[in-house]
Amino acid sequence: MQTILSIAIDAFAYGMALFIICIGLSLTMGLMRVVNLAHGAFAMIAGYIASYAARDLGLGYAVAIFLAIIGTVIISIPLERLLYRRIYGSPELTQVLMTIGITFCIIGITNYFFGPTLKTIPLPGSLSQPVDVGIRTIAGHRLFVMACGLVVAGGLWYLIEKTDFGIKLRATVDNAAMADALGVRTQVIYAISFAIAIGLAALGGVVGAEFLPIEPYYALRYMVTFLVVVSVGGAGSIPGAVVACLLLGAIDTTGRYLMPEFGNFFFYAAVVAIVCVFPRGFFGRAQ
Amino acid sequence: MGARWLRDMAGVILIIAAGVVGYWLFPDNLALLTRVIAVALLVLSLDLITGYCGVASLGQASLFGAGAYAAGIACVNGVTEPVTLVAIGAVAGATAGLLMGTIMLRAHGLAQLVLSIAIVQLFHEAANKASAYTGGSDGLAGLMVSPLFGVFEFDLWGRTAYLFGLALLVVVVVVLKFVVSSPFGMLCRGIKQDPVRIRAMGSYVFPVLLKMFVISGAVAGTGGALAAISTQVVGLDSVSFELSANALVMLVLGGLGTLYGALVGTVIFMGFEHVVSAINPFHWMTMVGALLIAVVLAAPGGLTGLYETFLGAGKRVKGGRT
Repeated sequence: MQTILSIAIDAFAYGMALFIICIGLSLTMGLMRVVNLAHGAFAMIAGYIASYAARDLGLGYAVAIFLAIIGTVIISIPLERLLYRRIYGSPELTQVLMTIGITFCIIGITNYFFGPTLKTIPLPGSLSQPVDVGIRTIAGHRLFVMACGLVVAGGLWYLIEKTDFGIKLRATVDNAAMADALGVRTQVIYAISFAIAIGLAALGGVVGAEFLPIEPYYALRYMVTFLVVVSVGGAGSIPGAVVACLLLGAIDTTGRYLMPEFGNFFFYAAVVAIVCVFPRGFFGRAQ
Repeated sequence: MGARWLRDMAGVILIIAAGVVGYWLFPDNLALLTRVIAVALLVLSLDLITGYCGVASLGQASLFGAGAYAAGIACVNGVTEPVTLVAIGAVAGATAGLLMGTIMLRAHGLAQLVLSIAIVQLFHEAANKASAYTGGSDGLAGLMVSPLFGVFEFDLWGRTAYLFGLALLVVVVVVLKFVVSSPFGMLCRGIKQDPVRIRAMGSYVFPVLLKMFVISGAVAGTGGALAAISTQVVGLDSVSFELSANALVMLVLGGLGTLYGALVGTVIFMGFEHVVSAINPFHWMTMVGALLIAVVLAAPGGLTGLYETFLGAGKRVKGGRT
């Protein structure tokens, strides 16, 4: 019982950390139709900024997260203008090639400036202590990650389904030319959505650093995991991403607890099974 | 018909010439050149399903690895004749291709890409777990290959391995030329452009693509077997996601849908890698990244596409004048 509970809590926290990172990728892939393999690279940049702010400058955790998100978005804006804008609507292979190229560049540059060592983000005292939640104690950090995940899910759902911006975004996605003719500034919508997606990647990178440690090859190492989660959930779907993250997080964590010698075997076996049954992901739209 | 025949002949002669020039120019790097040929076979096999059928795969190394491990295991267990080993590799690759195709063709687009990734990771874990047969993470070492045709020994400088590889490559390219220009090859290209229309014309799409997967597997398996014979080691990296991703990058770099594009992309990418990573491995990543971005911006059709654009432009100008 004790084991099941600790697996469940770990799996939930891990799933939520995955969710915060992946939902941005799911948005760029499902709504903007860009296969952005460099998504993890932005999470990594945020991790480096947060680590620098918290460890070298001695700033607080909240300030570090804030700086990381702002900094990453600022870095991403010229990239969007100069590179991504050229591959909107290109074939998938072109997008894959371009974004792998961007990932390689970011990894090389990061390595050059910060060296190949692991970067830690020191947690504040309130998050590094265990918290008693009645049935048992949970590490404060795990609770924080779960809370962040739930807030992000709720906030995004509200943004896309209930606000004026959400309506314009959905219109742009469904028919960009028509939305443009009706006075929606589609370029601005794309730029803002891209910034939101990158901001979420940044938040996820910093918050999830306990699960996915920040190092120069972060972007390549977890690229596949992020891509898998998004396609299992169905690109562009928030409930899909939640379900996929929780399910795959649970399978991965359980496998690692009970049969660590099999590595990622169960994770990928589950992926093959799921994608065979749901070729568009759990909540993917019909093409 | 005659002109195309001549052009194909010229292409094959060009490959042989390039191979012989490489042999004379870099006698100390024959191991690397043999590796280039083995990877070129992998990229060719990827071109068959991606360039000719429109099925993108980030898991092609599972076919390469199947061939490498099959040849390696056979060699450890007493089959040491190199040509037989290559045949074993090709059959194993074809079998893996049949399996992979059956799974991958169930999905489309992104899901298909993700399935291919999942398959290569599963192969990787399986090779890692079955360490009794594959040597696990230590790799399968100590393959003693007997002389080719009982005459040519595989020497320390890799001369025999290189020439054997070059001969294999030429044979494969010639065979594939026939495959892609056959009615079957035309059907594949048709499916790439519009599967719905092909279905409406009365053709079943799935078996055609599956057949191409099997051929592609045989080619990749040949490459894997060649890699196993020439290095006498089979490691887990021969069935890794990295190798698959690199193969896709080489293919798109060279240009999809032409056999020469696959070869050109492999030579340029691996040459680039060899030169730059000798200076600094981190710079290698930055430089390759910059190269990829430049290719997407300047030559979306790959390097052969660029060449054909220039050629096409030249022809048009000439046509205008006369």
